[in-house]
Amino acid sequence: MIYSLDRIQDIEAMAKRMRLTALDMALAAGKGGAHLGGGLSCIEIFAALYGGVLRFDAKDPCWEDRDRFFVSKNHCVLAQFPALYEAGYIEEQDLYELAKDGGRINGYPRNVELGLEYSGGSLGMAVSVAIGAALALRERRSDARVYVLMGDGELNEGSVWEAFMSAAHYKLHNLTVIIDRNRLCYDGDTEDVMALEDLGAKLRAFNWKAGRCNGHDVHDLLRALTEERPDMPYAVIAETVKGKGVSFMENQPEWHHGVLSQKQYEQARSELLGGTE
Amino acid sequence: MKPITSSNIRTWARLGQRGTFFAIALPELGAEYEDLRLLTADVAQLSSMARFQSAYPEKFLNVGIAEQNMIGIAAGLAMEGRCVFAGTYASFIAVRSLEHVRQHLAHLQCNVKIVGFSAGVIAARSGVAHWATEDIAFMRALPNLTVFSPSDCLDAYKIARYAAETEGPMYIRLSGGPNGPIVHKEDYDFTAGKMDRLQDGNDVCIFATGLMVKEALDAAELLREKGIACTVYNVHTIKPLDLAALERARHSHRLLVSLEEHSIIGGLGGAIAEYLSEAGGGPKLMRMGIPDAYSAAGSQRWIWEQNGIDCASIAKRIGEVLP
Repeated sequence: MIYSLDRIQDIEAMAKRMRLTALDMALAAGKGGAHLGGGLSCIEIFAALYGGVLRFDAKDPCWEDRDRFFVSKNHCVLAQFPALYEAGYIEEQDLYELAKDGGRINGYPRNVELGLEYSGGSLGMAVSVAIGAALALRERRSDARVYVLMGDGELNEGSVWEAFMSAAHYKLHNLTVIIDRNRLCYDGDTEDVMALEDLGAKLRAFNWKAGRCNGHDVHDLLRALTEERPDMPYAVIAETVKGKGVSFMENQPEWHHGVLSQKQYEQARSELLGGTE
Repeated sequence: MKPITSSNIRTWARLGQRGTFFAIALPELGAEYEDLRLLTADVAQLSSMARFQSAYPEKFLNVGIAEQNMIGIAAGLAMEGRCVFAGTYASFIAVRSLEHVRQHLAHLQCNVKIVGFSAGVIAARSGVAHWATEDIAFMRALPNLTVFSPSDCLDAYKIARYAAETEGPMYIRLSGGPNGPIVHKEDYDFTAGKMDRLQDGNDVCIFATGLMVKEALDAAELLREKGIACTVYNVHTIKPLDLAALERARHSHRLLVSLEEHSIIGGLGGAIAEYLSEAGGGPKLMRMGIPDAYSAAGSQRWIWEQNGIDCASIAKRIGEVLP
């Protein structure tokens, strides 16, 4: 698919708004803190999906032929909810009531009406469910596609590879997995904790088509996400930076989950706005 | 639907609970329910799924030896409107895939029926890895799951039909192998969630489940010869538990007994004890089952004898307690 320069710039602008919203949400979360690192690493992925790739209708959220998007690495609400707000699924006030007692989007619920196709959080489980959905959609000849966003760390889970093996066995060409390859898990560098590379070769050995892209470059993401694929599932390894956009968070494992002070918030905000206001 | 005749009941008993469920009930249900699906993890031949598989290849999926993935795929199919049965050994489906069951069946309430066969110790010589003696405890602790444990093949057939007709996640625990016991010689009125009273007696009330129902009836016969009268309940639905039946029994008997081919921790005995301890007073409860240890391997009946849950041991243990 070809995207116009205007369209790409719109999506880039959307990503920028989302990143600022993520900071506001993290500040609003107060002492409870927020998953900043892995949220900021997948902002452009969410923007590219909701801004240019996914087929959906927020006014008809249960539309049978919508694309299904399963968020497996669910500790990325700082990217997911700003995207759902941009896409028209949730209200602005929802963003700041994320942790509200009994709140409708607290605790990673499944709620298709709000664009939440899956309740993730326990790592590595969504891809199996996505395979079930992809099989069912293919069976009824729907052209809807199934997308899964995974963190790189969760690829340590064994059942992920059961799922990868079966997706290729069933030749699920309607399944796309996007791996947020920020190279950091909770305890440090993924290659030190439990090495994943050569990830593309591993996936290809499992009979997947696998490609890499710059996960912060909207144009490159759109190119990768819309690439033609043969009769097999497709994985996009999106190279990203954990904590992207904020100097003191970038590549810092301790910002996996962190509490943002007012001062840090102001510094981060000014970095994000850097020179463009 | 098959007519339920004495002849069918005898045929099904030869097939056992697993054969009745997968080779008799599911092929019928496959014809009746467009959205029904059957998944398994490389035990299709072993568990008599061949008839279903050849009649409805498009409704059948073998995921290989990957039970966790099977439950996840089942959940995804259910989210798209399918009614999914997923079957393999009870020990694997209720233990290896437990977190997938918790997240997708209990929490998200996907319409998946997990069918665990060879529950208890029927896979006797395969050793502990193939036994399922804690599965009820795991499944019963999960919100939203209905837990069934049929006493014989007629129960298994009726539970399969109920599961296809009824929305919601379920765990169906199939016990024994071919040539299973016949508890019901003819058709009876099965009601999910209600205990099935098989006989009445004033002294002891035995709540039994799975293969232990037949042992309870045989033990009651031995006790009758000693002048001890037993009520025997077939507890085919472990969750939700029929509390009304428990409440009646604790006012009308001198001794209550729970009996299961399962650990005495967290299973039927555990469920009954939870109720009785809050109700307060009333008669003593004896929990009979597998104590908190793994037995040495041997034949199924030998293991029952070692654990005091064959009919002779059950009768002896009850006789020792009652004055």
